[in-house]
Amino acid sequence: MAELAADKHVKYIVSVEKKKGSFGSVVIEHMRVNGAYWGLTTLDLLGKLHVVDVDEIVSWLISCQHESGGFGGNVGHDPHVMYTLSAVQVLALFDKLDVLDIEKVSDYVAGLQNEDGSFSGDEWGEVDTRFSYIAICCLSLLHRLNKINVEKAVKYIVSCKNLDGGFGSTPGGESHAGQIFCCVGALAITGSLHHIDKDLLGWWLCERQVKSGGLNGRPEKLPDVCYSWWVLSSLIMIDRVHWINKEKLVQYILDCQDVENGGISDRPDDAVDVYHTYFGVAGLSHLEYPGVKAIDPAYALPVDVVNRIFLGR
Amino acid sequence: MHGRPRKTLKPEDEAASAAKAEKLQALQSQFLSNHHDRNYSKEALDLNAKLLEINPESYTAWNYRKLAVQHKLTHTDSDHDSAKSVLDEELRVVEIALRQNFKSYGAWYHRKWVLSKGHSSIDHELRLLDQLQKADSRNFHAWGYRRFVAALMNRSEEDELNYTTDMINNNFSNYSAWHNRSILLSSLLERKVQGFFSKQKALNDEYELVHQAIFTDPDDQSGWFYYIWLLDQTMKIDAPQLISSWPAHGSDVILSRDRCHGDIALSQVHSFRTESGTFPLILYFSQAVEGVSSATVAVESSFCANNDLIWKPLSTNNSSTAKVWVTQVKFPNNRLQTSETYPVEISIGHSKGIISSSGFKFSYHTQIAFKVCVQSFEKETDTERNEEKIFWKDDNFHNYETKSQEHSAVASFDRLTISGNHEPTNSEWRTETIASEIALFRELLSEITCKIGKLTLARLLRAHDALLSQSNNKMVHFEEVLTLYADLTKLDPFHSWYYKDEYSLVLLEQVISNWESLLRHCCHYRDLTLSPHGSSVCLRLNNLSLSRIGSIDKLLWVQMLDLSHNELRSIEGLEALQILSCLNLSYNKLGSFTALGPLRLLKSLKVLDVSYNEIGSHSVDTTRYLCPSPLSHTEENGGNSHEIVAGVDNVTKNWDAFLILKGLDLKQLDISGNAIADEQFRSFLVRSLPTLKWLDGELLH
Repeated sequence: MAELAADKHVKYIVSVEKKKGSFGSVVIEHMRVNGAYWGLTTLDLLGKLHVVDVDEIVSWLISCQHESGGFGGNVGHDPHVMYTLSAVQVLALFDKLDVLDIEKVSDYVAGLQNEDGSFSGDEWGEVDTRFSYIAICCLSLLHRLNKINVEKAVKYIVSCKNLDGGFGSTPGGESHAGQIFCCVGALAITGSLHHIDKDLLGWWLCERQVKSGGLNGRPEKLPDVCYSWWVLSSLIMIDRVHWINKEKLVQYILDCQDVENGGISDRPDDAVDVYHTYFGVAGLSHLEYPGVKAIDPAYALPVDVVNRIFLGR
Repeated sequence: MHGRPRKTLKPEDEAASAAKAEKLQALQSQFLSNHHDRNYSKEALDLNAKLLEINPESYTAWNYRKLAVQHKLTHTDSDHDSAKSVLDEELRVVEIALRQNFKSYGAWYHRKWVLSKGHSSIDHELRLLDQLQKADSRNFHAWGYRRFVAALMNRSEEDELNYTTDMINNNFSNYSAWHNRSILLSSLLERKVQGFFSKQKALNDEYELVHQAIFTDPDDQSGWFYYIWLLDQTMKIDAPQLISSWPAHGSDVILSRDRCHGDIALSQVHSFRTESGTFPLILYFSQAVEGVSSATVAVESSFCANNDLIWKPLSTNNSSTAKVWVTQVKFPNNRLQTSETYPVEISIGHSKGIISSSGFKFSYHTQIAFKVCVQSFEKETDTERNEEKIFWKDDNFHNYETKSQEHSAVASFDRLTISGNHEPTNSEWRTETIASEIALFRELLSEITCKIGKLTLARLLRAHDALLSQSNNKMVHFEEVLTLYADLTKLDPFHSWYYKDEYSLVLLEQVISNWESLLRHCCHYRDLTLSPHGSSVCLRLNNLSLSRIGSIDKLLWVQMLDLSHNELRSIEGLEALQILSCLNLSYNKLGSFTALGPLRLLKSLKVLDVSYNEIGSHSVDTTRYLCPSPLSHTEENGGNSHEIVAGVDNVTKNWDAFLILKGLDLKQLDISGNAIADEQFRSFLVRSLPTLKWLDGELLH
């Protein structure tokens, strides 16, 4: 059985950061703050967060912040709630939340809540339950959930529940494992998991495991390493993760590694990227793989970081 | 990056990629500079369109276009035609981007944003969608956009339903279409649109459609999920119902405030002893409800004023809705006449304030009548007795049947469930439908081996038994169902724990379904005189390989419960056992303290054995969010507890143990055989739980 090539993955993540100028890196430049979150969280899960220059990253992050309090995906790009959460998460990893003007950031996020309880991603008004999760997670990490109407936020999420027990992006939208993670996560953080039919949703989620051991995101779709995170986190939060075969999934994730150059891909022998490397390692953490730190299924941060924020030192 | 093969680039490819990157980089920098300069010239917009054609994910580039549109609409002629031409250009750019990346959130939203301005023709949209949905019939962005367009042009839900029929007939394996169908059909039925007056007829048609899909390709999941939903729609009774209570209807309850020796009362199921001088009333509903209060539930008795009663939801996460509601009633004051019995009557359903989470009202008028009598004794002076330890050894239990002559207690098991308030209107159709579906799937499974087919048959048989059990309390098919789950475990080992959990639920349901089998699991603890913690009747569900517990609604009377030597990972639902005082969970698979969350609501619990579980062995805590805590904003910060327990260190480290155990009034706790239970942890427990007398069999003080 293959093993986790942890050192290779660390090297890969550090090298991606330095390798600019390829088409692959330019095309995702607008979401570098997300990339930083994926890469740095992976490093932390592997116990290697110390290899990066904290001050350099923090000052770059701050340069992505706008007057409104929100963060763009990179310097010069518009603010959006998605990058604001990633920025907050990265600062949480480094225990540097105190560099933020908490009121300003939380006002920006809380200001995106709409009358019906839903959240827009930015000032242009796209509504999606992904943004509900992002806003709730972000405000919770900043201890500012009191700035929004939590009851309405929960009600909106519940209005997106489907026949299969899962959730869509807006009312009527099809269930998708990523979207389910967002909704379950938001309900978990707001102590509202009783709105979920855990057996119905748990069965749908565990049926995402296909013959190869990998997980897909919707029925009759191909497996993909990223669902190791979306599906597993959701199953853990509703206490149904024992319904899948963990050994087979571990094997699948390990099969998606590039053991020579580091990194993990969506499926075996595909091109690796930081996104799938993070989801693969985080998935292994959920599967209690030795040598990988525990990650919290709702906040998507290492458990020690989350405990530090909510339970004190 | 999805689906791109892993390969090292050839030098010429690498050069090409670098050239492409350079071009994109140049476009991006030029665009950002235009954006910051608020330059909305034609050249700037053309450059932006080029960027989006290569990289539709560049969200700031879409924002810029919206700013440009707003700028143009305010600075040029405001007539309809010029607005339309500005917006049509946007639709063109989006279409090019979508053909480059069909899954671009930014592109789809930009189109919605443009359409919402109301100047563009919508007719083209459905044609475009038809093209795109043919290319990828599962694209959820396209389906979402379709719902948006349909709403914008007031297209009828019937038309959209027909569209899903076409898509399904074209390819049965289109889960997206099945999903959309469930949404449309629910809405049509709810609004009782013409042609959808009769839920029965509509569902019958749906069964026919989904049979075609399932029989064409039984291994495709798409239709099966829809089928399971149909089954649920068939069985579902919208209005919440009361399914059980404690005290049960028709029961005689003997209450005692003091410890009583040598009295036969404690050998009965319906005796309840407490030091608090109150006893609970428990109402168990078929679904979570809100609005249970002295205004919606009337409790009539000579000793307690209804208005004084405060009903509380039994919710493990402090929600205001729950399946189980409880109130505490003070004992009648009867110092003089010890033998008097007091009738109590609970009426519910007379007022409409009880509502399910899905908005349906409780409307069946239900009455529960029972009697209580109080037995008072001289205060026990012998404190030794109070410290009596419970030993869960087999020789301390005697079979209930052989020891007991009490037919009254036995008979009362029959009345544990409240019956006769079920909705009659659809029951015949329901029974017929389930029966014919069972016949159909038996036939299918006689020809092929199909995992989901077997699972569905098991569910149909359970549905059938549930319908029948309303009249006769028998589970006709339970053996067949258990065989199906056992087969499934072999057929589909990936999900063996799912089948095992289902198996456990059915097994337990069968054990509890009638009193003959239940009595086989009821025991007396030692001789009758020696139970210091209430009734000495113990329900022993040990050694049954249960991985999950259920049928809790039928166990509300249990005060002593042995669930040891099973494979339980969770005790979800156990919070309903409000009069439980002794619980044995040893030798199970409980993985954390938060898994014991339901116990926080059991204020009568005195004796708890969780030895030999897996607490402390796992880095993943699967009940972390099912239990109130600072993480889910349902409990104050664990850090504050420092003040509550002065001098107790490790509160932060052991926050979960502290959270669960601090509010309980445990006298006896067994925790050995768990990874967490080292000396340090034991001393933490001793300091945080001052009422504890026995820890791991040792007398503490």
